[in-house]
Amino acid sequence: MLARRIIPCLDCDLQVPGGRVVKGIEFKQIRYAGIPWELAGKYYEDGADEIVFLDITASHERRETMTSVIKKTSESVFVPLAVGGGIRSVEEAREVFNAGADKITVNTSALKRPELISEIAGKYGNQAVVLAIDAKRRNTPEEGREIVQTPEGPCWFECSFYGGREFTGIDAIAWAKKAVSLGAGEILLTSMDRDGTYDGFDIPLTDAVSKRVRVPVIASGGCASPDHMLEVFQKTDASAALAASIFHFGEYNIADVKRFLKERGVNVRV
Amino acid sequence: MIAIVNYGMGNLFSIYNALDRVGADPKIIADPKDLAGADGIVVPGVGAFGSCMEQLSRFESVLRKAFDDGVPMFGICIGMQVLFEESEESPEAHGLGWIEGKVVRLPEGVMIPQMGWNSLSIKRPVQMFEGISDGDMFYFVHSYYGLPKDRSVIAATTEHGVEVTAAVVKDNLFATQFHPEKSGAKGLKILENFVRSTRC
Repeated sequence: MLARRIIPCLDCDLQVPGGRVVKGIEFKQIRYAGIPWELAGKYYEDGADEIVFLDITASHERRETMTSVIKKTSESVFVPLAVGGGIRSVEEAREVFNAGADKITVNTSALKRPELISEIAGKYGNQAVVLAIDAKRRNTPEEGREIVQTPEGPCWFECSFYGGREFTGIDAIAWAKKAVSLGAGEILLTSMDRDGTYDGFDIPLTDAVSKRVRVPVIASGGCASPDHMLEVFQKTDASAALAASIFHFGEYNIADVKRFLKERGVNVRV
Repeated sequence: MIAIVNYGMGNLFSIYNALDRVGADPKIIADPKDLAGADGIVVPGVGAFGSCMEQLSRFESVLRKAFDDGVPMFGICIGMQVLFEESEESPEAHGLGWIEGKVVRLPEGVMIPQMGWNSLSIKRPVQMFEGISDGDMFYFVHSYYGLPKDRSVIAATTEHGVEVTAAVVKDNLFATQFHPEKSGAKGLKILENFVRSTRC
């Protein structure tokens, strides 16, 4: 049986030479966490199952910095690498794959032009395309929306783009289904309500998406402790849990978190 | 020198870096005649069976000669599937046919592709598994898997809806459905075992 994965996420600011890992809170305040390839190497040694790099500046002109980060990382990190941020075309995806990425993640560019998913999947395979969704709860259930029951009442989820700065009016769950039909092989599902809050993953959201699509779902946003990971694995079918801050700032070590989960019956690689 | 066969499918950085890490002297080889003299040969692979075989065909005779000469060989993922005679993925294409049997699709009802870490059930304690234990996890990404006629070539399996062939062994040939170059320290250990086998 496939193991549940623990994935550290490195949000990268590429406007300084070599790049740096930062972490925002609720998509805003920024805190410096380290050098991308160094942190990736540490997480690999600690037992990360996969590593995600997101270029938060999403800037085409910084692509070279990102490819050098990936190249440098793949010299010493032997688990899958996923890379995202501002990839708008198959050509841009190719640069990232050629540098050593195994998967690319798309978000804004796919919302603006959904065919991008099928174009990249057609060339590199569905497993190489991760659709990132930034979902925001809307407590006004409307006709035609994918309704999710939560302890706070029924709601739907709206997709955001441009790093959480703008909203699309698009239903996140409907979009996830459509993206999978276009060839997305995995969903990186971030709760905007929980991101940076340390309140734990959005369980109803994660549960709903992982039940309604047939590809792996990576739960993201709000993880502050191993208990939160345990909760998301016990209460949902999420294939993976993604976290940033709890690993970046030394609160928890990935190896300890995995041991904690294994002792409580979660199938993880230790 | 360990030759990594570059037949134009996918990036070879990962396998190059992994072999380099375990002390091999890897070289990416794009011209079949440069395979002569290799101490070991790695056949990586991504993409579909048919297009893979199409690209690989120009290497077919030199690879066969190396196999017959006893050069240690290592197939990875599609590089394992092409060892079989045929695949449901590309019914019109012929595989290398070094292992009798065919490549079939994972069953309906399981997540396809199988993508992630799964545990090995070791069937034969071959040298490639030195330092590897039953239950150790490796990274898989695939929608099809090989079904050999002679089940004694199966070195390890994994479970994904059905029992899936995870590694095969035949004489000087070893191949894995999983990606040792993406499987952390345990994957590197298998590659290290392979490199050691090229030095005997």
